[in-house]
Amino acid sequence: MTESLVRNDAPVNDAVSHDALVNDALVIDGVALGSRLIMGTGGAPSLAGLGAALIASGTELTTVAMRRYSVDGAGSADTNLFALLLENNIKVLPNTAGCFTAREAVMTAELAREALETDWVKLEVIADEHTLLPDALELVEATEQLVNRGFKVFAYTNDDPVLALRLEHLGAAAVMPLGAPIGTGLGILNPHNIELIVARASIPVVLDAGIGTASDAALAMELGCDAVLLATAVTRAQNPVLMAKAFKHAVIGGRLAAQGGRIPKRQHALASSAMEGRPDV
Amino acid sequence: MSTIQLNGAPHHYDAGTTVAQLVSAMTGRALLPSGQAADGGRLGVAVARNAGIVPRSQWSATALEHNDDLEIVTAVQGG
Repeated sequence: MTESLVRNDAPVNDAVSHDALVNDALVIDGVALGSRLIMGTGGAPSLAGLGAALIASGTELTTVAMRRYSVDGAGSADTNLFALLLENNIKVLPNTAGCFTAREAVMTAELAREALETDWVKLEVIADEHTLLPDALELVEATEQLVNRGFKVFAYTNDDPVLALRLEHLGAAAVMPLGAPIGTGLGILNPHNIELIVARASIPVVLDAGIGTASDAALAMELGCDAVLLATAVTRAQNPVLMAKAFKHAVIGGRLAAQGGRIPKRQHALASSAMEGRPDV
Repeated sequence: MSTIQLNGAPHHYDAGTTVAQLVSAMTGRALLPSGQAADGGRLGVAVARNAGIVPRSQWSATALEHNDDLEIVTAVQGG
């Protein structure tokens, strides 16, 4: 890790450090979130199972997709995802999943704002169904339009430091670079780019997509990300509740490590015990 | 008979039916004139008519017209 790239907001003494840990909320658009783990909801086999996993994760912000209202699906009381989130005091972050153009994304965001009464939107504009990678041109166009319409845009983006900064300058509320393509569980393929994005950003950076297991999330936080967003790694895990707990602790651990300041890497060993005063044995 | 496209499928309706009545029938919840749910809960539904948003405050004042294209959406698992 290159020292100069790391955002250094570590507390300087013990007295501040206690307060800093207790009050280490993630603030986005003036809203303080107690958990730095943002959850997605895709891939869960049942709403009840999803609810248990969300609660175990400790998340306070969770993404949902916008789809046609179906009387036998989203309509009946026991399958109402929005109600589940409200009951558990989890703030909803609608996304534009499935949109391929800026036009579709803007319309979906408008529907979400009307339905869910929030101007927050996770902007996803994907290029094709094979890679699910963001289409940079449509993403930039949609960000500009949504910011002009008063949305708080959480821009899901490639791990491109240049594009991330462009999105910030267009007025995004947060940038969400991918670790790896959606659903792959490959972890963070380009940690150096993530560090660069963090070092240059003055808005929150959320590592989104590609997370496979707890150490991936911890690494994201150690690299200086402000939060982690994941879905598949929990919803398709063999035991989603256990995995959700693992991610909760991993994100806290990674955040503390980022603030604690890791030791520099060395080529040779460094004794941790003094050589003086050894008994003659 | 008057017909609209409702979430991509043909739907017959009685003349004079409003968007509010349609949403209420679909969701099984009574609506206030403001478009909020009468039970005090959040409805979580949005309506687009012919590719334009119909704000909930306009639902009761918006009558369906023959060949209207309506999309009624809500939050589902995803992302």
